[in-house]
Amino acid sequence: MSHGHPHYEAGRQTISPYAHRIRAIEALLVERGVLTEPEIQDRIAYMESRSPENGARLVARAWVDPEFKELLLSDTKAAARELGIDASGPVEFVVVENTPEVHNLIVCTLCSCYPRAILGRPPDWYKSFEYRSRAVREPRAVMREFGFEPPEGVEVAVHDSTADVRYMVLPMRPPGTEDMGEEELARLVTRDSLIGVSVPRYAED
Amino acid sequence: MTAFRPGDRVRVRAAEKPGHVRTPGYLKGKTGEVESVLGEFRSPEDLAYGLSGEPERPLYKVGFRQTDLWGGYEGSASDRLYADVYEQWLERDEGGAR
Repeated sequence: MSHGHPHYEAGRQTISPYAHRIRAIEALLVERGVLTEPEIQDRIAYMESRSPENGARLVARAWVDPEFKELLLSDTKAAARELGIDASGPVEFVVVENTPEVHNLIVCTLCSCYPRAILGRPPDWYKSFEYRSRAVREPRAVMREFGFEPPEGVEVAVHDSTADVRYMVLPMRPPGTEDMGEEELARLVTRDSLIGVSVPRYAED
Repeated sequence: MTAFRPGDRVRVRAAEKPGHVRTPGYLKGKTGEVESVLGEFRSPEDLAYGLSGEPERPLYKVGFRQTDLWGGYEGSASDRLYADVYEQWLERDEGGAR
């Protein structure tokens, strides 16, 4: 390459300067004995084991079991534990319920707070300046771009995760799913519907 | 004991504080209503600098009317924005009901 800045090739992928910086910091932390390599690998494995599927299971159970729904809304960690999801840790979780009157949307304007212990890493767009600035100021326009428009008369409630609480949306069960079992219902729940930029898939999709 | 309770009208302090702050600038000086008390937490604004973050401070979920936050807001007058704000960033809104 001869256009003025270095490129780093690993296989066919270009490694960003940020990734280089992280690796340098990681190497220093290990060298100084702050962290060990196995601890870093364990942490990566922990994060990789989290996914929106966990959220979908929680939502599907809440749709079929009113008592579980109460627990999910009042003590999210306990509800997660019932499904074998370890969401322990210092942060609190609050699940906000969509109703025919209120549609909820989650954002973190200050950084990228997200219920990682349940859902894993957030999508890249969630961390973008554009989403973070626009979700609070024009949530309805943002949702339209995701293909969703709350019905007439529905209040939009935006939750800016500014501190020690991580938010997840409990979407409404789609109409026409009365005969579905829990596993089938879970497949309707998308990551985006857990953030609130859209709603679950419809039964006939 | 917490200083505020659900239903209290509060204003976010318009203070300038350098460094790591967990109160977003767009809320400074804005008035809202305490929705709930979320618990007490060590202050992230101190933890960020390797301090103990103690004593633990009450954290409130505060609701704001979107139309109070943004000029020309597109949406219903009942649309709300909720943010989690530490007690040290809040003051009682003496103006009463608006």
